[in-house]
Amino acid sequence: MKVFVCIKQVPDTETKIKIKGDASGIDTAGVKWVMNPYDEFAVEEALKLKEAGKATNVTVISVGPKARIVETLRTALAMGADDAIAVDAPEDLDPSTTAKALAATIKAEGDYRLVLTGKLAIDDNAASVSQMLAEHLGVPHSTAVTKLEVSDSSAVSEREIEGGAREVMQLAVPAVIAANKGLNMPRYASLPGIMKAKKKVIKELTLDGLGVSAAETRIHYQNFQMPPEKPPVKMIEGDAATQAQTLVKLLREEAKVI
Amino acid sequence: MAHVLVFTEFSQGQLKKSALELLSAARKSGLKIQAVALGSGAKNLVDVLGKEGVDDAILGDDAAFDQYNPELFTEVVSNILNDKKPTVVLASSSTLGRDLFPRVAARLNTGVVSDCTELEISGTGEVKVRRPMYAGKCSAEVAFVNSPVQIVLMRPNQLTIEPSAAVKTPAIEEIKAPVKDLKTIIKEVVKGTSAKLDLSEANIIVSGGRGMKEAANFKLLEELADVLGATVGASRAVVDAGWVPHSMQVGQTGKTVAPTLYIACGISGAIQHLAGMSGSKVIVAINKDPNAPIFQKATYGIVGDALEVVPLLTQEFKKLLQQ
Repeated sequence: MKVFVCIKQVPDTETKIKIKGDASGIDTAGVKWVMNPYDEFAVEEALKLKEAGKATNVTVISVGPKARIVETLRTALAMGADDAIAVDAPEDLDPSTTAKALAATIKAEGDYRLVLTGKLAIDDNAASVSQMLAEHLGVPHSTAVTKLEVSDSSAVSEREIEGGAREVMQLAVPAVIAANKGLNMPRYASLPGIMKAKKKVIKELTLDGLGVSAAETRIHYQNFQMPPEKPPVKMIEGDAATQAQTLVKLLREEAKVI
Repeated sequence: MAHVLVFTEFSQGQLKKSALELLSAARKSGLKIQAVALGSGAKNLVDVLGKEGVDDAILGDDAAFDQYNPELFTEVVSNILNDKKPTVVLASSSTLGRDLFPRVAARLNTGVVSDCTELEISGTGEVKVRRPMYAGKCSAEVAFVNSPVQIVLMRPNQLTIEPSAAVKTPAIEEIKAPVKDLKTIIKEVVKGTSAKLDLSEANIIVSGGRGMKEAANFKLLEELADVLGATVGASRAVVDAGWVPHSMQVGQTGKTVAPTLYIACGISGAIQHLAGMSGSKVIVAINKDPNAPIFQKATYGIVGDALEVVPLLTQEFKKLLQQ
């Protein structure tokens, strides 16, 4: 049975963010694009399912500017995914439209057992697409998953909830699972894997072809700003005991937070 | 008529602080306020909701709601929104809120914005929100497009609570959980070891990095946190080293936090960590290396060994708070 993995390409976490002159977004010149770190856990989990005989095919899907997302799709192919689909779309597609495009792609591909995603993408941290996708597919979902067991009829997920508590959830399959850190250790692509991935044909789709239009947009990010400048740090001198006393006094009397 | 619906979370019979923040923001708009509360004891909230200026209370006092189930909650909350047709929905960007409302928004074909840090609601129900992007490296305003219901998930501790001027007697509507076969079953909840607030809700965070030297030394941070009523966080380095679970990680691949006070102990301040905590109101950095990047974001800095300074701080705070 097929497993889909939805992956997003994001700026590397080392990126120093600069805002465009018209404040409509970030300046992407010189940005190093990588696979969203949480999506690596999703890809790894799908590959493990295949190795365990619980999936016959792992297909990765990404929605975004085709010319750049194919690189991330090739990374997933090099890790071991069987097939890849690029849905060409503008850079700033919102979660609602992205979820509809992913749902249309998956429905057109036929039967599947699971869809895996990352728990969120580290660019806008919306943490929305996974649940929206599950809704459009009409299947249950589980987010922030740190452990997964899959059988023919169900998936049992363990997920992180508030205060470090964990919840064990049983879902009928097919289901959508959003992977959290701790689920597994993503593998690196092997050299033969990279060579093989280069030769694979990436299927290319368009939003129009999927019947998803820009009218599906529900939110729009605008008027980007850098955080306000912080006043310079106040260094506290003296021996450790003096430093501790001074700090407590400042927090009480100056900052008034204690 | 434009009106605001507030999804109020409560525990042990008390509205959460985040719910009080949302109700305060709703009052500020001057619009009619509806509140939804789901779970055993919801009916006992009527008086406090009235004091908070709520006009209509939709209460699901049903044990079936005590455990969050995405499928059940999506159905119930979507039905309420379809019925009440609020202009604005306010909910906390909590674990529950962030899981539930994107799915509700998809069912209603409307927009949802999570993790908002600034909110204004006009007298006609127009919403202006801002949220961090790239884990706080910058921020963006978010506009709703073609959204009949504007769903806003607010990060806790961002809105000030203004006292409520008028006490109301809410009109009560009771709801029950529908009986149906669910594809989602909660089998078990394994409680965390900590009784403290979640990092995303904590008002004070004491965070440790590699400068704590070894996992066992995190008990020094726990002791400081106990005195302050704080929650303990950690840098990615020590999570990856296996000292503490990922649920404690602050940063771009952990939790983005903005407490009133953030005390960074032995954390040098990688760009990903700084992004995740620089929205904090007051930042204290304790580090041996005077050139550590954390000092650039700090309000107060101490160059020193966290293992030596933290226990002294615990003593000092104890003295102060006992007075």
